[in-house]
Amino acid sequence: MPENSVSADLQTESDKMVEWTDFERNTIQDIFSRIEYDVVGPAALARCLVVYPWTQRYFGGFGNLYNAAAIKGNPMVSKHGTTILNGLERAVKNMDDITNTYAELSVLHSEKLHVDPDNFKLLADCLTIVVAAQLGNEFTGEVQAAFQKFLAVVVSALGRQYR
Amino acid sequence: MSLSEKDKAAVKALWSKIGKSSDAIGNDALSRMIVVYPQTKTYFSHWPEVTPGSPHIKAHGKKVMGGIALAVTKIDDLKTGLSELSEQHAYKLRVDPANFKTLNHCILVVISTMFPKEFTPEAHVSLDKFLSGVALALADRYR
Repeated sequence: MPENSVSADLQTESDKMVEWTDFERNTIQDIFSRIEYDVVGPAALARCLVVYPWTQRYFGGFGNLYNAAAIKGNPMVSKHGTTILNGLERAVKNMDDITNTYAELSVLHSEKLHVDPDNFKLLADCLTIVVAAQLGNEFTGEVQAAFQKFLAVVVSALGRQYR
Repeated sequence: MSLSEKDKAAVKALWSKIGKSSDAIGNDALSRMIVVYPQTKTYFSHWPEVTPGSPHIKAHGKKVMGGIALAVTKIDDLKTGLSELSEQHAYKLRVDPANFKTLNHCILVVISTMFPKEFTPEAHVSLDKFLSGVALALADRYR
């Protein structure tokens, strides 16, 4: 599968803590306090399913994903998008221990859902683009760097339990 | 992942709306890239300063977007249309092609901040395919 994503690669070892600057912490808390989970989540997931259509392979039970309009209007996509954002909130609330916070979710995505972890990066990129659209020119380079670092840690944690 | 007629039409339609802001897009995209991906600054060590919005970055952003504008006109055959640029990048600039994806991502983020309504998922997929095609064409002469 082609390497499409450019989310920063972050290898987190179990004995290495991710260090966050005050700016990064505040930025992440601020973004998540401002975005509406049931707007951003559905928009990001729908965008991912449109821009990277092979990701639809994981949503066979979701019904009509035939075109962009169908995807955007699909209630199961919307619901799942919101679920994802609520899941991300757990990382936001536990920024110093994302790896352990996501251990169960990682097992779930690997053993039950069988999601290729490369897909997490694709969704992360779509989420970045949707948040960028929401925040406009407040989504500065520094804010983008913090947001992408956060997502890279999340992606790494989600892929951790795969074997 | 080749460009369909629908993709080409989508790219041209989007470009007709955003093209006049290409200088600003180029400046923001490059400024953002050196902040989010600091390793990209290594390509600009010959500049007195590598900081967002600096005159060098502005000028370079304009140049890069000029290349994108050219690519839009050569959308039916990017490989041929961009072969001179490819030779330049291959033999003179020697930018690791992985960085094309990096800059493409920054361009998409900038367009999303500046044109949230126009940058629908449908426009996004076509533009992403186009920029990937540009990156491929730019890397064509590398080896």
